[in-house]
Parts: sequence; C-alpha cells; structure tokens
Amino acid sequence: MKQFLRYLNVKELVRPIGQMLAFSLGSAAVMSAIILILALVLDKTAVGTALVNKLNVSLFSYTLSNLPQVVIDGLTIGFVYAAIALGYTMVYGVLQFINFAHSEIFAVGAFVGVEVLIFLQTLGVLSGASVFMAYAYLSLAILLAMLAAGGLAVTVEKIAYRPLRNAPRLVPLTAAIGVSFLLQDLIRLVEGLTTGQFNRIIPTFGNFDDRITGKLTLGATKLFIGISVKSIIVIVAAVLMLIALNYLVNATKVGKAIRAVSQDMRTASLMGINVNRIISITFLVGGLLGGAAGLLYALKFTRIDPFIGFFPGIKAFTAAVLGGIGNMTGALLGGIILGLLETFAGSYLGVFTMGAAGSEYKDIFAFSILILVLIFRPQGLMGKNVGQKA
Amino acid sequence: MAATSFKEVFDKLNQGLVGYVVILLHVVAGSYLVYSQPRSNLAFLVFISSLLSLYFFRADNRFKILVGMLLALVIIPVIGVRNIFYLEVIFQISVFAALSLGLNIVVGFTGLLNLGYVAFYAVGAYLWAFFGSQQFYVLNYAPGTQPPDLPFLLPGDAFYLFLLVAVIIAAITGILLGLPVMRLKGDYLAIVTLGFGEVIRVLANNLDKPINLTNGPQGITPIQRPTMPEWVVDLFNSLFGGVIGHEVKLADMYNVMFYFFALLVIIAIIFVTKRLDDSKIGRAWTAVREDEIAAVAQGIPIVRMKLLAFAVGASFAGLMGVLLAASRTFISPESFNFMQSIGVLSMVILGGIGSIPGVILGAAVLTILNLQVLQGFSLYLNDLRQSDAVIPVINFAWKDLSTQLDPAKYQKLLFGLILIIMMIFRPEGLIPAKRRKRDVSMDETK
Repeated sequence: MKQFLRYLNVKELVRPIGQMLAFSLGSAAVMSAIILILALVLDKTAVGTALVNKLNVSLFSYTLSNLPQVVIDGLTIGFVYAAIALGYTMVYGVLQFINFAHSEIFAVGAFVGVEVLIFLQTLGVLSGASVFMAYAYLSLAILLAMLAAGGLAVTVEKIAYRPLRNAPRLVPLTAAIGVSFLLQDLIRLVEGLTTGQFNRIIPTFGNFDDRITGKLTLGATKLFIGISVKSIIVIVAAVLMLIALNYLVNATKVGKAIRAVSQDMRTASLMGINVNRIISITFLVGGLLGGAAGLLYALKFTRIDPFIGFFPGIKAFTAAVLGGIGNMTGALLGGIILGLLETFAGSYLGVFTMGAAGSEYKDIFAFSILILVLIFRPQGLMGKNVGQKA
Repeated sequence: MAATSFKEVFDKLNQGLVGYVVILLHVVAGSYLVYSQPRSNLAFLVFISSLLSLYFFRADNRFKILVGMLLALVIIPVIGVRNIFYLEVIFQISVFAALSLGLNIVVGFTGLLNLGYVAFYAVGAYLWAFFGSQQFYVLNYAPGTQPPDLPFLLPGDAFYLFLLVAVIIAAITGILLGLPVMRLKGDYLAIVTLGFGEVIRVLANNLDKPINLTNGPQGITPIQRPTMPEWVVDLFNSLFGGVIGHEVKLADMYNVMFYFFALLVIIAIIFVTKRLDDSKIGRAWTAVREDEIAAVAQGIPIVRMKLLAFAVGASFAGLMGVLLAASRTFISPESFNFMQSIGVLSMVILGGIGSIPGVILGAAVLTILNLQVLQGFSLYLNDLRQSDAVIPVINFAWKDLSTQLDPAKYQKLLFGLILIIMMIFRPEGLIPAKRRKRDVSMDETK
C-alpha cells in the first residue's frame, strides 16, 4: 500500500477537487448574489409589480425560491460544457487549431451510448434491472460511447488533419468544418438507414428520474431543494473524468509529453518525444471526454438528434476561450461559469424583462459572452497572454 | 505528371481558329439541346458548360465578350422563360455566384475566414422586407393576428433606393462586428462571425415580440417588387414569343429581371474586385493575407485594411439580400442558417480562393449539384423504389430501400466532403488564382 502511494501523486488528485469545489461554489455564489441584489432593486419597480400581478409573488422571493434549482441545473450543464471544452482546449494547446468537428465527436458519443441502451432495452434487461445493474449498464454505455468517440477523434485526426499540419492556419480549420458537416449527415444517414428515424430518446430505467428533495428554512421563506439523480450522476461522472484527466496530464509521463508538445513541438521532438503519437493521444483523450459528455448530455436532456452537437460545441468552445484557450483549469472554470450564466439567463431573463425576451435567447447568450471576452480579455480569464493578438 | 501532360496537349490543341470553332459549336449545340429537350438535365449541363469552353479556349477577347453577352442577355433569358425551372437554376447560380464573389473579397484577398456571411445577406433581406412590406403597420400585432388590407409603407420602386441603403447598412454592420475582433487571430474571427450569424438568425426568429419587427419564424410576406412597365413584357413577347412557344407572363419577366439584376451585381463585383486587386488597397490586402507581421512592418494599417475588406464583402451580401427579398417576395429566418454560410464558403473553396472565374465555377457547380444532380438522383431512387427492380448480385429489392436515403437532403454530406477533399488534395481550388498559384508552388519547394 505504501509502495503504491509513493507512486501515486496524491497532490494531483486533491488539487482538482479543490479547484472544482472552489470554482463551482465561487461562481454560484457570485451569480446568486448578483441576481438577488438585482431582484431586490427591481422588486418595487414595474418589473416587480408585473410579477405580483401575474403570479402573486414578489420578485425577490420568486428569485430566491427558484435559485437552488437554477444553480444545480447550471452546474450540471456547466460540467458537461467543461468536459467538452477540455477537448477543444487540449487540441488547441497542442496544435493551435480549433477542432471544429469536436461537437460531432460529442454527438457520436451521445448516439452510440443511447443506441447501446436502446439495444439493451430491446434485449429486455433494462426494465426491472436492479439499481446496481442499472448503474452497471449505464457505465457500460458510457464506456462504449467514450471508446467510439475517442476512436473516431483519432481517425479524423489521421485522415483529415495530419496531412494539413504544416498548411496555413485556415486550411485545417476549413477541413475541420468539412468533417463536422460530413459527420452530422453521416450520423443522420446511418441512423436513418438502420432505425428509420434520427431523433432518438434515451430509455428510462434505474432510479435516474427520481428526485431527492429537501427543505431549507431561511427566515420567512422556505426553500424546496430538489435534485434529480440524473444531475448527480452527470456531475459525479464529469468530476471523476476531470480528476482522471488532470492526473493524466499533470502526474504521468504521457502528460508531461503532452505538455512538452504544447509548449514547443519541435523541441519536444528533439527530446525524443514521438509527436505524432502524442497528438493522437491528445485527440483520443479529448474524444473520450467528449463521448462521455455526449451520453451525459443525452441522459440529462433525454432526446437527441444528429445536430445536437452544434450548440453544446459552440458553447464549450466559448467556455474554453472564456477560461483562456489552451489552459485546462481555465476550461473547467469557463465551462462552469458558462453553464451557470446560461441557466440563470434562461430562467430569469423572462421575468426580469417582463416577458420581452425569454429563454429563447439562451443559445445566443454564449456568443455575446464570447464577443465580450474577445474584446476585453482576449487571453481569457486564466490564460497567459501568449501573442493572441496579431 | 498527368496534369501537366494534359495541359500540354490542351495548349497544343488550343491554337489558332480551334478556340473559335469549339466555342461556337459548344454554344450552338448546347442551345439546340436545351431548346429541343426542355426537360433534360444533361442538355442543361451541356449548355451551361459552354461558359467553360468560353473561358478556357483561346480566342479574341472581343469575340469572347460578344459570345458571352449573347449567351447572358439573349439565349439564357429565352431558354429560361421557355422552361422556368432552368431560369430558377440560373438565377440561383447567379445569386450564389454574387455571394461567393463577395465572400471571396473577405476570404480570398484578406484571408479572413467569415463563417457568418449570410448574416449580412439577412440584414439586407430583412431591411427591404421590413420597409417593402406591410410590416411597419403590423408592429403591434402578434404574428398572424394582423387585420387584412393593410397599406404598404413604401412604393415598390423604393427597391432601387434600398439597394443603396442596404449596401451602406450592411457595410456598417460589418464594421461594427469587425471592430472588436479584427485584432485577433484568424480562427477567433471565424468563430465570432459564426456566432454573429447565429445571433442574427435567432434575433430574426424571436423579434416578433415585444414589438413585431420580423414576424418571427413565419417570415415576412408579401414583399413588394419594383414595377415592371407593360411595354417590356410586350417587347419581349414580340421579339421572342415565337421561339419560346407560349405567351410570356409578367411573373416570368420578373424572374428574368431579377436574373439581370444578379448579373449586374456580379459584373459590379468583378469590376470592383479587379480594380481593387491592382490598387494599393488590394496589395495591402494581399500583404495582410500572406504575413500580418510583415505587413505591419511595411506600414500597412492592418486593422483598417481588414475592416475595409470586411465591409466591402458585407455590402455586397446586403445588396444581394435586398434582391432576394424582392425576388422571392417572402423571407424567413430559415433562409439564413449556418448551412448557407458554409455552402457559400464551399463554393469559394471549391472554385479557388481568390480566383474570380474559379469562384463563379464553384457557385455553378455546387448549385447545379444541389438543385439538379442531388434532386435528380432522389427522383431516380424514388422511381426505383416504386419499380420491382432488384440488384442482381446481392439480391436486394429496391422496394426495401429506406425512404431516409434521399440524396437531396444530404447537402451537408456533400459540402463536408468537398471541403475536406479540396483542403487535402487541392487547396488552391479548381481554377487557382494566378498569384496564389505562385505562392503554392513556392511552398512546395521549401
């Protein structure tokens, strides 16, 4: 045991947990504070009166009573974004290239996972499975989704990106857009030919739809906190993956090689690092994370179609830029912030603007943040300024 | 090797009077085929490819211009009115050619990848859609609840004014969008423009409340067209009525008119591009594309130059937007999705970044693939499905083929494949730009 612990870098296991806790609690607290102050300020104005007339609650207590649910939802989606964003940021770190097709890697993960579960359902093992078996099946689906997505990511890199590695920057980017489009329609084609439909719904099994509820008395207002098992699964799975990734990158030999290649590819190759292999591994790891994120996303939102990758992909990219592209801690922070911001906007925008603009603007919220970040802090929250400007 | 020897053979053939003979034969044969077989896709391909021989074969420039004008101004309208589907294809080709040429200024000359180009197209289209329809009086009604018989805000002839207004507004939009991101590396610009394209689409989708600016997902209709004098229809009838074989109606003439407008825009863009390309600005653009740091060192104001390219490209898209709104009399947010942007980009890349004839060829090829080949293939598969035919070796009955296999719906697959294959095997495009050709060969010797 002692022998084993000596090889295990405990610090790198604990550090990411601390980071994640700090990031989640910190961003959630800041955003909750902002929204509550905003609610207090607007309570006596027309915005507050409109809500009183409509739902007969004051703006402040409406905001407060919804807050726990919003924070939990935001964190759930935030961790999914973080897992996708890490794929972007790792590839960018190594190749300085936006892997546009990463969103489709994510979609392939979602489809493979869901199809595995649907297959298990037709075998009849899903219904009536014990809780333990349900988790085992879900883990199996996640594993297969990860393998498929990881394998696809490596293949795409080999076929479409490797021949273009020394071409001008826009050439691989254009090829990546092509891969993204091709994969979208390939998913649609395969699904259409094999199942006759391309909107798939994840089967319900296990206790994933249950909710754990609790009550919190805070002065006069009682807060009902409900968290679905799904959300817990998503968060726990994402946290585990992120810890593993952090360990891989910061405490293993392969991780050292990845970091070396991302610092200076030529020097790394002079040091005896097989650059091609490291790039493949980077794509593999990004693909594994993206595939798992795909199935987690499907678990959370139940319904998938071949184009689901597009918006999560763009948002995860935004998260990566927000955190500072190429910086893995930054991607985590960016994902969490973006998930929270988006959920806050989706839930409160309608009330705070008296119905003029609602959750339909949720999807373009990410773009506004992206543009704002690029204007005011192009290196991102945690990135060093490494010549982002031309 | 094969390519060079082919080129040598072609050059050997392409001398003296051969060019004249081939061009004339091709044009005449194509016109005859399309005229005698108005339903055949193949005949149309032969006809439209005569533009290729016009470009590739050597002949006196005056002769080429004459034949080109004859084709564009007489033969195409006559054949188009005779079979309105061809006119639609040709109109779409010219619209996409204009859009691709506009995007080509941004991507080809300055090297800025714009993934949200249709956003400017949408700006132009919605501009005329708002002012050229009854939308101004619908501001306070939810979509679908407005009373009938509302007046139009402006007369249809204000269209001409709005061609100019759209150019200005789209250029301003381009500058406003470009300002924050022009200092950044190219790939950031790509993502931001993508985002901007989606923002515009989502806004168009949702700005039916609190005040109804865009009528939401239902889109705006009817949008006015400029008036067409009676005598134009009569003149066309008296000149070509015999050849066409049926009475030419006002609607047909409108299609011809918008085709001419698109043609005018194309000529204008080509003119502007050529003039700019040889000017100080064009050289500055090329310098920015090739090496930004060197360009700065030369004293080129790169941000201003990039913004200028962005604005010029945007203004042409805005212009085409007005044209689209008027020609379709209906627009909805779905006409301006990401797919369209990528479609236009694929045309530029397929044809050859920075090359005017290449980009036009790319637009023609992709539009024809899209409208004729894919759809023709779909129809063919449908026919097979209805027949009792069986694939011999594997004993597969066509009847059992899934209805999901509908090639017309798989444009993304096609665009994606084209982008990947072109990037890997021929990044300079089908007809490479002259200057770029030199760059690429230099890269190879490195």
